[in-house]
Amino acid sequence: MRAWTDNLAIFMLFTLLSANSARAAEYEVGQNKKRFTINGKKIEMLYIKVGDTVRFKNEDPFYHGIYSVSEISTFELGAFRKGQARNVTFNTPGRADIECAVHADMHMVIEVGASSAAKSALKNLRVSK
Amino acid sequence: MKMDNAATSHYLRRRGSLVLGSILAAVVSLSQAAPPDPYLRPTIIPAASDNQFSQARVELGKTLFFDPRLSGSKWISCATCHNPALGWTDGLPTAIGKDMKVLRRATPTILNAAYQKRHFWDGRVKTLEEQVLIPITSEAEMNANLFEVLDRLAAIPGYVKMFDLAYPGEGITKGTLAKAIANFERTIVSTESDFDRWRKGNRTAISESAKNGFRIFTDEEKGRCVLCHQGFNFTDNGFHNIGLKGNEDLGRFAVVPVKILKGAFKTPTLRDVAMTPPYMHNGAYKTLAEVVDHYDRAGEDKNEIADPNLRPLQLSTQDKADLIAFLNSLTGRPLYISVPKLPQ
Repeated sequence: MRAWTDNLAIFMLFTLLSANSARAAEYEVGQNKKRFTINGKKIEMLYIKVGDTVRFKNEDPFYHGIYSVSEISTFELGAFRKGQARNVTFNTPGRADIECAVHADMHMVIEVGASSAAKSALKNLRVSK
Repeated sequence: MKMDNAATSHYLRRRGSLVLGSILAAVVSLSQAAPPDPYLRPTIIPAASDNQFSQARVELGKTLFFDPRLSGSKWISCATCHNPALGWTDGLPTAIGKDMKVLRRATPTILNAAYQKRHFWDGRVKTLEEQVLIPITSEAEMNANLFEVLDRLAAIPGYVKMFDLAYPGEGITKGTLAKAIANFERTIVSTESDFDRWRKGNRTAISESAKNGFRIFTDEEKGRCVLCHQGFNFTDNGFHNIGLKGNEDLGRFAVVPVKILKGAFKTPTLRDVAMTPPYMHNGAYKTLAEVVDHYDRAGEDKNEIADPNLRPLQLSTQDKADLIAFLNSLTGRPLYISVPKLPQ
């Protein structure tokens, strides 16, 4: 049977994660000239927090097919044309490699960090055991 | 550009005009700042960092490329399928392999392989060094046991000498065999075509029809070819399902299992394209006219995963003729390759 301190810690963790999700950020990552970009500049790595959303927006005149096969996130966004965007919310901490199925040289990494609130909740959970 | 500057200086000395000099200097400066024409061939061939070019390496690679002793039967060489007289391919709809068995994919040209980011129709390897060993050892193709081939080569004094000259102290290994052939293949690049001469400023190098064909080709709404065929090598190095009839080959999907890659294949170069019929990964079309018709009607098989860039183009007969005139203008001057004498 789980100790009441554990239950309390889990409750606190979910409360903090929920509170954190209310403050979740949204990042727009462009696909521009067969590169991943933020504000028109090429990026290879993006650091975000758990619960944040990345909006993949095609700015090229041709189609892209963004996907990821990673431990923390597996998705296929299908083919979408210029001006269209697809959102992905990252709910697990870790690293996700993001690629374009059509243009195999397009690659970036999204590093999803636990939020500071969630981090301390996880730490408390470990201490209580 | 150096020549341009020298010519300008000479002209200025003759004229002795400071004002004109300033204008010309500004023009030269502007021309220096202008981005290079993306449709012109690069002046440098990229080499692998651990496999720089040398005459000995290219010569060894060429000799191996033409040597049928690299196959299990000692009867098939790389050049059997990648025939320089046929645009470095074989002129067949799909390749013929061991025991005359017809294979399912067309032999791609090796022209401009140096600039390709991935090799094979499905892009399953990234370097030419990795690529060259696969057909040699493929049971369906050259069907060689690599260890037997290496022993065979090591027993030929001429090869021992050539390997030592090309890769001193490295011996005859899987690595040096691959590096030598890759080194040679990288030298097979486009020569100057009428299209290049036109891009460099010779207004009469190609016909008005070909010029209009290029305009249609690069028009993202009209011809839409440029959505996939980009830059000097006319490829996006990407993978597309182009709606070919009866295509059951999974293509790139077998390498990267993402739904939109089912039946998708690498965008081939269009350099020397007039030299390499038939066309498509399965040799579906005999002529460039058939290829243009295919794209005009947005492909044959309107499957759900066909590339969404495809849509009916409604090209006129003249538009199609112009596109073909442009594609024909991409044929480079003949590349002369001396046939090597195989060491015995």
